[in-house]
Amino acid sequence: MAKVEITVNGVKQSREVEDRTLLVDVLRDGLGLTGTHIGCDTSQCGCCTVHMNGLAVKSCTVLAAQANGADIVTIEGMAKNGQLHPIQQAFTECHGLQCGFCTPGMIMAVAGLLKDNPHPTDEEIYHGLEGNLCRCTGYINIVKAVKRSAELLGGKGH
Amino acid sequence: MYTFSYVKAKSLQHAGELLAANEEAKLLAGGMTLIPTLKARLARPTHVVDVGDLPELAGIEVKGDKLVVGAGVRHRDVATSDVVRKAIPALSELANVIGDPQVRNRGTIGGSVANNDPAADYPAAVLGLGATVMTGKREIAADDFFQGMFATALAADEIIVRVAFPIPKRAAYCKFPHPASGYAMAGVFVAETAQGVRVAVTGAGPGVFRWREAEAALGKSMNAAALEKLAVDAGSLNEDFHATREYRANLVAVMAKRAVAKIAGK
Repeated sequence: MAKVEITVNGVKQSREVEDRTLLVDVLRDGLGLTGTHIGCDTSQCGCCTVHMNGLAVKSCTVLAAQANGADIVTIEGMAKNGQLHPIQQAFTECHGLQCGFCTPGMIMAVAGLLKDNPHPTDEEIYHGLEGNLCRCTGYINIVKAVKRSAELLGGKGH
Repeated sequence: MYTFSYVKAKSLQHAGELLAANEEAKLLAGGMTLIPTLKARLARPTHVVDVGDLPELAGIEVKGDKLVVGAGVRHRDVATSDVVRKAIPALSELANVIGDPQVRNRGTIGGSVANNDPAADYPAAVLGLGATVMTGKREIAADDFFQGMFATALAADEIIVRVAFPIPKRAAYCKFPHPASGYAMAGVFVAETAQGVRVAVTGAGPGVFRWREAEAALGKSMNAAALEKLAVDAGSLNEDFHATREYRANLVAVMAKRAVAKIAGK
């Protein structure tokens, strides 16, 4: 068994888990944070994207034990005081989703992208979201939502 | 996943001891290959030894005429490092097209090189630049290191510590990525080095290889036209449901010409 102490959305958490437990399973089953989705479970789709120490990672491809000591932010940590995060606001305004299954991972990936590059071009958005699949939208409105996010964030990136 | 014991190595020496004491132990760095492999039950290690955060495997620096990259350095850090961009821009460009951002945030150069996936990008740079793979025990020239599909010169308990890349005069990498996985269907690294031109091909064959005829032709004239009449032997290439070997042979020629055109612009 592995002892995993992580900070999730600003709250310290501690769990005893099997060594083979994945980070996404600790978040969903251990902490009840089911906003982080499991789509493909094979590191392709990006639905399970969360931030680990400030970087976007696929939580289905990180062992919980590897995350020991890390600072994790999930989709549940994005809205503050009942106010949607600007990226969530932009996805709403631009209708950057249909079924919504990929959206939590998409938003976490966009947050990572905009931190590195607060004003991405279309090409840079395609490249930056290569790790996230959406089976509904054809990505058109997602790209619009990223550009709107950049505007709402006013060049700060996050 | 089958069960295993996860052990976070305290030092390089500790990791080496764990590997030596447990025949079925596996090293874990970024985990971008190992974890999917474990999930698919394609591997059954008794111990997973985490070396991902070892300070001994960190760091990027120029030492004399070489760029030295720690084995634990993540793709993101190679892609964004000013030191790499200045010394070997082609290497930072290559790191920036590996997988996707989430993969680049975790995956390491040492892991990629040790795994030697026949479609991985880094082996093309290591072989194309004639780099040296430095382990805890010895230094291995790229030409001796890669030994075909997922095979390397590494002993079971040997750990890559750094990779030293001689800084070339000019270099470029072009790949045709598989549209779903991002893995190279064909990737060609062309480098003009002090010892001559080197051309390394990944993705197309059972392992990374040098395209010697192209090297000879480009040695005379670094120009895409020099490759016009050359072709790799399709018989030695991979064939699968993604592409026939003839298609891959064509891709190699096209990617090589694009890389040369990119070099000519540098």
